[in-house]
Parts: sequence; structure tokens; C-alpha cells
Amino acid sequence: MSMGDYCIETRGLDLFYGDFQALTAVDLQVPARQVTALIGPSGCGKSTLLRVFNRMNDLIDGVRVAGTVRIDNEDIYAPGTDLLRLREKVGMVFQRPNPFPLSVYGNIAFGLAVHRLAGRREYGMVVEQALRDVLLWDDLKDRLHQSALSLSLEQQQRLCIARVLPLKPQVLLMDEPCSALDPIATLHIEDLMRKLKRDYTIVIVTHNMQQAARASDRAGFMYLGKLIEFDETASIFTHPRQELTENYISGRFG
Amino acid sequence: MSSRLSQRIAFALLFLATLVVVLPVVVILAIIVAKGASAISWEFLFTMPRDGMSAGGILPAILGTLYLVLGAVLFAVPLGVAAAVYLVEYSGDNRFSRLVKLAIVNLAGVPSVVYGLFGLGIFVIFFRFGASILSGALTLGIMILPVIITSAREALESVPRHFRTVSLSLGASRWQTIRHSVLPHALPGILTGMILGLGRAAGETAPILFTVAAFYLPRLPQSVFDQTMALPYHLYVISTQVPGVPENVRYGTALVLLALVLLLNLAAIILRSRFRARKKW
Repeated sequence: MSMGDYCIETRGLDLFYGDFQALTAVDLQVPARQVTALIGPSGCGKSTLLRVFNRMNDLIDGVRVAGTVRIDNEDIYAPGTDLLRLREKVGMVFQRPNPFPLSVYGNIAFGLAVHRLAGRREYGMVVEQALRDVLLWDDLKDRLHQSALSLSLEQQQRLCIARVLPLKPQVLLMDEPCSALDPIATLHIEDLMRKLKRDYTIVIVTHNMQQAARASDRAGFMYLGKLIEFDETASIFTHPRQELTENYISGRFG
Repeated sequence: MSSRLSQRIAFALLFLATLVVVLPVVVILAIIVAKGASAISWEFLFTMPRDGMSAGGILPAILGTLYLVLGAVLFAVPLGVAAAVYLVEYSGDNRFSRLVKLAIVNLAGVPSVVYGLFGLGIFVIFFRFGASILSGALTLGIMILPVIITSAREALESVPRHFRTVSLSLGASRWQTIRHSVLPHALPGILTGMILGLGRAAGETAPILFTVAAFYLPRLPQSVFDQTMALPYHLYVISTQVPGVPENVRYGTALVLLALVLLLNLAAIILRSRFRARKKW
């Protein structure tokens, strides 16, 4: 794989919350249009790493970052980086489905209105396309003006994915997107990830090792703020090179 | 003593306490209605006072209070909400914001007559607005600012954190986030503060005493620079300063003041419930 195929690249990435070092010397290369999973026990820094990529960590007081992070060959921590554009390019789906208390339509139109991406007349088309992309259109086409909070949890989480699509992001960050969902809904979201990776680079944080094994192409195992091992998912799960990784995936701790 | 008996006694005491709290309200209302209802008439509500206020109507006082309250709210709500947004969304927790918060809490405890003197010094004399509706409304506005700011802050703080996080993660600026994802959801709480402020502004006598209220002015104000009569002050005047005003006129005036506050509150409550309903669409 040539260098240009990497969508996200970190080198010597350190991150501190005040005096606490949450990430240590992380070197990671995320290939474009694949699903990359970050696994590891609670508090290992995987969510922190995810939030480096859209700089949501900036919202926390006392965060300091060293090293370089390039997305699409742009240093996103360079001075003068436009955070609004970065977050347009790098969308995020959160752990709990968290639609705004607006209509289905209002939720998807939110990003369009904020970034003035389309004229009002085109909203309908964009909303339809986003809902089709997450396979919600047939279920919701007659309920566009109902509150998003009246949907099932799975539908809400799909809606949250649909909400970022109109911004035409390159990267989708997913922070344990299925942890509030039942097993069937979880499988559905994984199917959706497989479909979406044709167009988007997906990075997912998950606690669920079966999920990482099923849904990801590459997986990184993190422990105490370090990226211990990063490889094709199949290799990580069949013959991990590090003992720590093996102990974790075989369920001996974590 | 058996546990059942002690429970009965406890409940009885709690009920009694509740009764004692409610009773004065009921009694006040009953007395005012009983003694004042007979004064209420078309003439009383819609004409000028006559015969040294012992007869005729109280229209200038009703309108005066209405103008003052609306003016105070018009001034205090935008200012207070803006300050609350700054404190909650922008300033973070630093020494300055803690100082401001402390100042606001203290402002709420300042006696209303002090606000009156302040208004006299600033608006009437320094800004040369004279004794006028403008001076009175601004003084009342400053008096209700703490209530508005405090309730707006609480309303903003009760908007779930993730509305902001999600909005920012979608690339919205902080201002867009506040404007579209925070303020709309804080609106009902902000209106609650406005309701509380309305009631207080309508009822206070001291702040308008030096800044606007006319003792006897049987005509309607023509501009914001005119003096006007106002219900609370009028009530004070006909109860203590002018001999020979019939009892039912005094209680009738109190009844009108109560009804006016109630009416304003009702309007604000209806407005608030409409915003709440819209929030769920």
C-alpha cells in the first residue's frame, strides 16, 4: 500500500489532560475507505484518540497535544486550522443515539443550514439521499416531520449517522456506536458500516471484540495510552504478535 | 408510640404547614374580591379619576403600570439573556465570572427603595430623562435583571451537554450552536424568569416613587418622557394620602392590580406552553 492511500496518519502523538498523559507516542496509519477498529480496555485512550481526529478534545480545558496528525495530508493541528471545516470533513457518531429534539428532517437539515451547503429548495433531496444511505428512507419517508425522539433507538442511531452525511465527510468517527443497541440492531449497524465504507473512511471505537472481528478490516489494540499493535483484523485476532494483545482478545483481562 | 401513630402525626403536621402557607393567599384574595368587586365597573376601568380621586376611574394608573411593566421587560429580558449566555456559554469558570455571579445574587437582595434612588440619580438626573415612563421602566428593568439572568442561566445550564457537543461535532460555530441548539431549548425557562419579573415589576412602589409615578394626573401619557400614574402608587395614595376615598374603590384598585398581574402572567404562560409544544414537533 502506497503512502497516499492513508487517510489518517499520526506520528509520535502524545496527548495530556493537564498532567495526565492519555496518549503516548501513537503512530497510526488509517487506510482510506476501510473500517478501522480501535479496541482495548476502558480508559486505554481509544476514545481520546478518536476525538483527536476531529479535535473535539479541544473542548476540554487543559488538553495538550504533541506530535503530528495528518488527515488527507493536512496537518490538523497546524496553527490556523479551520476547526469548522475539519469537523465538516470528519463526522462523528456518538455512543448514545443523540438526535436533536427536532423532526427527522430538522436533524438532517441541521448541518446543511449551518454550513449553507444547499439552497432551501434542495434540502428535500439531500435529506432523502442521506436517509437512503442509512436505509431509513422507506421507514421514515412519511414521518419526516415527526420528532426524532419518537424513533426506535436503532433508527435514532441511523439518523445520527445520516445527520453527518450531507456534509460529505471523508471520515466517519464512531465512538462505540452500538453500545446502547440490542444485538440485532448492532448487526444492522455493522451491515451499514460495510456499505458506507465504499465512500467513507470509518474509524470505530468498540468494547465488543466480536464486533471488531466482524466489522473491521484493520484493528488496533490500545493499552494505557499506547497503541500496542495495529494490523489486519484477521491477523490481530488469529495470531497477534504481542502477548498483551493475545491476553486481551482471549479475554484474560479487560 | 407505634410507628403508625407517629406517621399519622407527621402527616397531620405536614398538612397543617401546607394549609398555613396557602391560607393567607386565599384570605387575601377573598377579602380583596369581597370588598373590591362592587367598585369594578366600565367607568372604573376606562375613565379618568374625578373629585380628587374619590370617584371616577383609574384608567391612567392601569395604562401606566402596563407601560412600565412592558418597558421593563423589553429592556431587561434581552440584556439579561445576553448576560446569561455570556456567563454560561462563553466565560467559563474564572474569577471574573464568579465575581459577576456573586454580584447578581447580591443585586437580587437590594431593597427596592434603593433601586428607586439609583434610578433617580442615574436616569432622572444624570441622563436627564426626568421623572418619566422611560426612567421608571429602566429602573424597574434593572430591578428585575437578577431574576431574569438567574433563571436564564438555569435554563441554559439545563440544556443537555450533548446538544452542544453534537452541534460542534457537525462543524457548527459556537455562536451557531448557541443560537440553534441551545437557546431554543432554553426558551421556556427564560420565559419563566420573565413571568417572575413581570409580577415583581407590576407590584413594586418604591422604584417608581422617585422616577415616574404621578400623584394625580388625570390624562394619558403622550410619550415615554411623560410622567404617569401607576397602580401600586395610586393604591398607596388613595389609601393613606387622600381622605374620603370609599373603601370599595381602594379594594377595587387592589383587585385590578392583582388581575393585571395575573393576566400578564397568563399571557406569558400561554406563550411558554406554545414554545414547549413546538419543541416536541
